[in-house]
Order: sequence, then C-alpha cells, then structure tokens
Amino acid sequence: MPGPIRRLLRDLLKIGDGVRLITRRRTAVDPSVQVSTSLFLILRRMRAPLITLIIIFTVSVFGLTLIPGRDANGQPYRMGFFDAFYFMSYTATTIGFGEIPHTFTYGQRMWVVVTIYLTVIGWAYALGSLLTLIQDRAFRVALRMQRFSRTVAHLGEPFLLIAGYGRTGELLARSFDGLGRQVVIVDASEARIEALDMDTYQVDIPALVSDAGNPHILAAAGLDHPLCEGVLAMTNDDEVNLAITMAAALMRPELPVVARTVSTVIADRMQAFGTPTVVNPFDRFGNHLRIALRAPASYQLLEWLEAGPGALLPERSQPPVDGQWVVCGYGRFGREVIIDLRAEGLQVTVIDPNASPVDSDDTPDNGVRVVVGDASEPGVLSRAAIEDAVAFVAGTDNDTTNLSLLAAARRLNPELFLAARQNARVNAPLFRAMQVDALLIPAEVVAHEV
Amino acid sequence: MNLEKVIFGFFVLLAATLNFGFFIGDIGDREVHDVYELFAAVVVNLIATVLKFGDRTQIGAVHLATSLVADLQLIAASVVWVDATQVSADGLDREGVASVVSLSGGALFANIVSVVLLVVETVSFHRR
Repeated sequence: MPGPIRRLLRDLLKIGDGVRLITRRRTAVDPSVQVSTSLFLILRRMRAPLITLIIIFTVSVFGLTLIPGRDANGQPYRMGFFDAFYFMSYTATTIGFGEIPHTFTYGQRMWVVVTIYLTVIGWAYALGSLLTLIQDRAFRVALRMQRFSRTVAHLGEPFLLIAGYGRTGELLARSFDGLGRQVVIVDASEARIEALDMDTYQVDIPALVSDAGNPHILAAAGLDHPLCEGVLAMTNDDEVNLAITMAAALMRPELPVVARTVSTVIADRMQAFGTPTVVNPFDRFGNHLRIALRAPASYQLLEWLEAGPGALLPERSQPPVDGQWVVCGYGRFGREVIIDLRAEGLQVTVIDPNASPVDSDDTPDNGVRVVVGDASEPGVLSRAAIEDAVAFVAGTDNDTTNLSLLAAARRLNPELFLAARQNARVNAPLFRAMQVDALLIPAEVVAHEV
Repeated sequence: MNLEKVIFGFFVLLAATLNFGFFIGDIGDREVHDVYELFAAVVVNLIATVLKFGDRTQIGAVHLATSLVADLQLIAASVVWVDATQVSADGLDREGVASVVSLSGGALFANIVSVVLLVVETVSFHRR
C-alpha cells in the first residue's frame, strides 16, 4: 500500500506504529471443491461397469443383426440395428415385451438365450455400482456440507453461531428461537443433530455434523459472515471450546465470544485470546451461593431474570449463614465451592476418598477440615460431624452417589440445607423428588449466564 | 510402458478411424457408407467417452468435452438413420444418407481434435 495513504488510514483508525493493516482473506476451503472431488471419484469408479455394459450390449445387438430370421411369409430377413437394440433394451432390463418384428427362429432364440444371461447380469452390475457409489459416505457428507454452507451464506438476518448442541446448546437454541433470533448450530454428534431436526422451532436452523474446533468448519458455519453477531462455544470438550475461542479471536477479533469450561487452566488460556466471556458453571454456582447467603432478595431477582422469558417469580430461599458446611467430593466442583464458602468465612469439612488433598490452602487453620474416606460408607458422615453441620453439598460427578449421599445426610440430620450437583438430564425427576434446596445443573447455569 | 495409456490411446484412435471410415465417400450415395461401421463407430466412441471420465486435469476436461460432442453427433446420426429407414415414407434416399453422413462428419471433427490433444500431450511429456 503506498505510503501517504497508509499514513492517512493509520491516523484515521488510530492504529499504532508497527502494526500491519491486515486485509482479511477468505480462509475457508471452498466446499464445492469437496463435492466435485467426490463426483470425479464416482465417475472414475463407474468406468468399469459402464464399459462392461456397453460391450455386452454391443455383442448382443451385433449378434442379433447377423443371425437370419424368418418373417410372416417365411422369407428370410435380417433384424435391423434399431430393432435389435430395442429388443436388447427391454430384455436387459427384464421388461420383456416379446419377439419383434416377427417370431424368432430357433437360431435367433439360441443367441437370445446367451444374450439374456449376459445383459441382465451386466445391467444389474452397472446399476448396482452406480447406486452404491451415490450412497458413498464421503459423497453424501460433501453434499451436506455444501448445502449447509450455501444456506448459511444466504442468511439475511443477524445470527449467532452455537458450537455444541448438548443440553446447554439446546436450551440456548430454544431461548433464542423464542426471542426470534436466528442461530446456526454445529455439533459433532449425528444423533444430536437428528434430535434438532425433529424439534420444533420457529425458524429453520442450519445445522452441521462436524468437529467445531476446525476453523474451516467454523468459516463454513458463518464465522466469516458479516451478519454473524457472536460465537457461543458450548461443547462438552474444553479443548474444543478453547479452539473455537482462538479461531473466533483470530479470524474475527471484534465478535463477542462466550465459552464454557470447567477448568481454570483452560479458562486462563481462553482469556489470552481477545476478551471472551468464559463461563465456568462450577464457579458460578459458588458465586450464586454467596449471593444467596448475603442477599437473598438479590439472588431471587437474579434467578428470576436468568430463567428466561416468561418465567415465574421463584421462591425466596436462604442458605444458612453460620455454621459448618460439609462438602462431599473434592474435584473441580468441590474446590470451587470451597473457595467461595471460605470467602464467606464459613467452616468447611471435605469428604473425599482420595488420600491427600492437593490444595495447600485447605488446612484446618483456614477453616477447612478434610476427612479421608468414601462418604457412602457408614460412619464416615458421622466422622465429619454431620449432625452438627448446617448444610451439605453433594458434589461428586456420579448422580447415583449424590442421591444416596443426600438421602443418608437427610436421615442423619433432617434440618440440613441440601445442595447437590446433577450431572445427567435423565436424573432430573429424581433430584426434583428429593427436594434439594439448591441444585446445580451445569448446562442450565451456563445457558442462563449466556 | 503404461498399459492404461495404451488402452486409452487405442480407443481414442479407433474411434477416430472408424468414424473417418464411415464418413469417407460420396455424401449422398448409400452404397459407400456401411451402417455396420456407423454402429461400430458409435460403440467405440461411447467406450472412449467412458474411459475419459474422472480426469481432473484441464486437458482431461477438454478430452471429455470433445468425446461428448462426438457421441452426441453420432447418436443423432443413428437416430436420423433409424428414422429414414423405418419411419419416413421416402425411405433411405439421397437426402437421408446425406444427413446421416454429415452428422458423422461433425463427430469426425471432434474426434480429430481429441486425437490432436492426445498427440500434443504425448509430445510435450517431459521425462524427468
């Protein structure tokens, strides 16, 4: 770019010295190239069957034109090419009209017997090959990809790109659809996209089954599109979410990105790329607990606003502010909750089967007591002095364990404030029946934050 | 020696030569144009077309294009022949023969282009 124009642009855009003005080039692989590759492959593979068919037909037709027949008056005649071709056509395809133009002589019939076996098999072979090739997986995937990117390219209204159609993605898609906003969805699981096809939405949602971490796929899904308003990385794989955040930050730095992760390490790496909003459901649960502890009215308002359009006012609940909290499960969720509870100045007892706790901050001096043992064994809960505690958090990653811990804890101390983590959607009725005071469903927390 | 190239060259050349054989001679005289040769030309041209499938290079694309043109013209010639011999009231008169032969002449031109391409491709091949 010539010097004075560059300087002028730099002044106008207030870009610092030493920064190159990067012109954005289209980086995606053109999907139509993939389709034509598959098409060429099909054509190549069709060569052998087609040539076989042509040769078989030729031999049959030629033979028929040579062999003498007899017409209605008994005069010898020879079949013309067109008659022979016509006859072979409906013989090979097993239609079988009859012997034309006159009844065949036995010489002709002998030849026809040979041709029947040759041509019917040849025809079936050619047709079968063609159908198999059209069914070819790579071809169908390439076609679907092309159709998808064409639909996305023709979108006329602002849309959001949602990567991951798990529980969170589904909740988000429903909410946005209810608000009348267009979304585009990418998910790695074929079953989930089929479920999306079957769900009823107000608008057509373009969806693709593919790895969302691939920048080419993201570009095809509309990352380069001028009407893309934001990217939501909601897959259940943190690495993929990180890849999506990176791609969005590098290809479209001005786009808002919201990413879901349960690991603080990955969250930090995400923050290195632009300014994504990182939602860690475990962390948020702890924050919500703190809000609920300090200002129950605010928490009630927060819950109501986050519940989406048309929700009813939730009941006001108050977790106990003083006393001993027992937390079961010392994984990522447990650690986040302990951090938040300690910040509130609460005493925490942790129960975990693993021998040595990793976090050096969790010592009895800081108000955290660790009991080593499997909480489902009898006696361990009593060792953690659950009868004197005011609240119990069941935070393992196994729903059955959580439910049994809740039942045991309630039996030992009916006054306990119960908080639990629900991992799988299928167990929702069980947790509801348990009447837990605070329930963490990570997918819903993320969706509500978004 | 590449067997696939031998077969390819064989069929391309055979298609052109059969076509030429049918075409040559007085354009209106039915006795100098043998219908068996037309039949052979159609068949070999179809085989040559199928052999040209699936080639992604530029020269492959032009080969396929010429073959398709030749096929089209020869099939048209066959249709006109069938029409003249079976359907038309006049039978295969001078006009009919001339139509058939001139269509095959068009196909011959396309086949010659294909042969020229083949020769050019062969001559310009650099052995590394």
